[in-house]
Amino acid sequence: MEVKTYPLTMTVNGRQVTVQVEADELLVDVIRDRLGLTGTKIGCNEGECGACTVIMDGQAVLSCLIPALRAQGREIITIEGLSDGETLHPLQQAFVEHGAVQCGYCIPGFILSAKALLDVNPHPDREQIKEAIAGNLCRCTGYVKILEAIEAVAQRTDG
Amino acid sequence: MWQAYEMPTSVEEALAILARYDGRARLIAGGTDLILELQQGKRQVECLVDVTRIPGLDRIERQGDWIVLGAGVTFRQIKDSPLLKEHARLLPEAAATVGALQIQTVATLAGNVVNAMPAADGSVALVALDAEAEIAAQQGRVWKPVIELFRGPGESAVDPSREMLTAIRFPVPGPRHGSAWERIGRRKALVLPILNCAVSITLNADHRTIEQARIGLGPVAPIPFRARETEAFLVGRPAEEETFTQAAEIAAGEAQPRSSLLRASKEYRTEVLKVLVRQGLTRAVAQAQGMS
Ligand code: FES
Ligand code: FES
Repeated sequence: MEVKTYPLTMTVNGRQVTVQVEADELLVDVIRDRLGLTGTKIGCNEGECGACTVIMDGQAVLSCLIPALRAQGREIITIEGLSDGETLHPLQQAFVEHGAVQCGYCIPGFILSAKALLDVNPHPDREQIKEAIAGNLCRCTGYVKILEAIEAVAQRTDG
Repeated sequence: MWQAYEMPTSVEEALAILARYDGRARLIAGGTDLILELQQGKRQVECLVDVTRIPGLDRIERQGDWIVLGAGVTFRQIKDSPLLKEHARLLPEAAATVGALQIQTVATLAGNVVNAMPAADGSVALVALDAEAEIAAQQGRVWKPVIELFRGPGESAVDPSREMLTAIRFPVPGPRHGSAWERIGRRKALVLPILNCAVSITLNADHRTIEQARIGLGPVAPIPFRARETEAFLVGRPAEEETFTQAAEIAAGEAQPRSSLLRASKEYRTEVLKVLVRQGLTRAVAQAQGMS
């Protein structure tokens, strides 16, 4: 049987896009290879590391485990959708200020996991933050500065 | 990997697509296990039939004497469900230990059951709740005990290339009931359990002796294990530490955990199993007595 292709329409970072995809493409590959948004990383490609985390309809998901066609009509946010032009998103700014970035490979995933949390719970405690990022692995930082960066944003009163 | 992807909007439509492919299509819900199995070549399909667009399958509700969960219910929903926290705390506790948040958000309890892994947190939890599953085929729908659906590691009595598990239900526990979920893994997230343990306890009216006990354990056998000897031992005994310690020994005896190269030795798991059973009983009884 020939591999079928289907039109996939979704909103990515606020913009509606339609791409033709094959039946068995995964969301991460469509985001990276068809849309050129390579800020979403592939670490393990098997649901173990969180590097491919994106936000789908408000919730953090692993794009390496999501069949692309499931995103039909959905709203996707990738790391490219966070900054406002040259102005970094508060989480991005905090990661920079707290020295929470080393090689950087895991960082888009961490920031999106953190954003998904803060969007529904702007002032989480440390345990809640840990729960939200437990599915993201980092081989460089030792996590402490990442936690501190997210906490700094969570403690801001201006939201 | 697969050649076609369908997104039906009703159970009937899903079954019709499966029938058309005559065994060469398979249902996919969250897909967090299935996608990997397909990528690794452990399973082959021509068509994936995505059931996540079927309306009404994401409900958790009380229907008379049952609590019913639709097949689309995710671990994330279970973890946050006030109804489940009130009546069957072990289930939200178990859901919180599955993978990590990103997995819990898409993975379903029904998928966990159909995937039939002996360590599956959702399946082991359901075994201790005496849960049943509704299976829809073209001939109609039937309810079957969840524990009878497991045939071996990764082998389910439900054939997702021909039928669909549409709902899971368990009896609403009565008064003086408590439950608990215990699990140990290398870390708290993103790891399979070295052992997991589900305990469900009902006390007699005196609040001191055990009326009914159900204990699920994994992975200690090819399928999620129910510790029936331990349960029988507990019935009628005083709900106190001495009993829990003896029950833990019996559970270790009947479950006989084995060494696993990737996870842990038999000796370690045997000791840990006793601790989990004891802790589970202690917490479940405390809840049944209204102390937690
Ligand atoms: S690349 Fe998706 S979890 Fe590692
Ligand atoms: S900064 Fe290198 S993996 Fe996290």
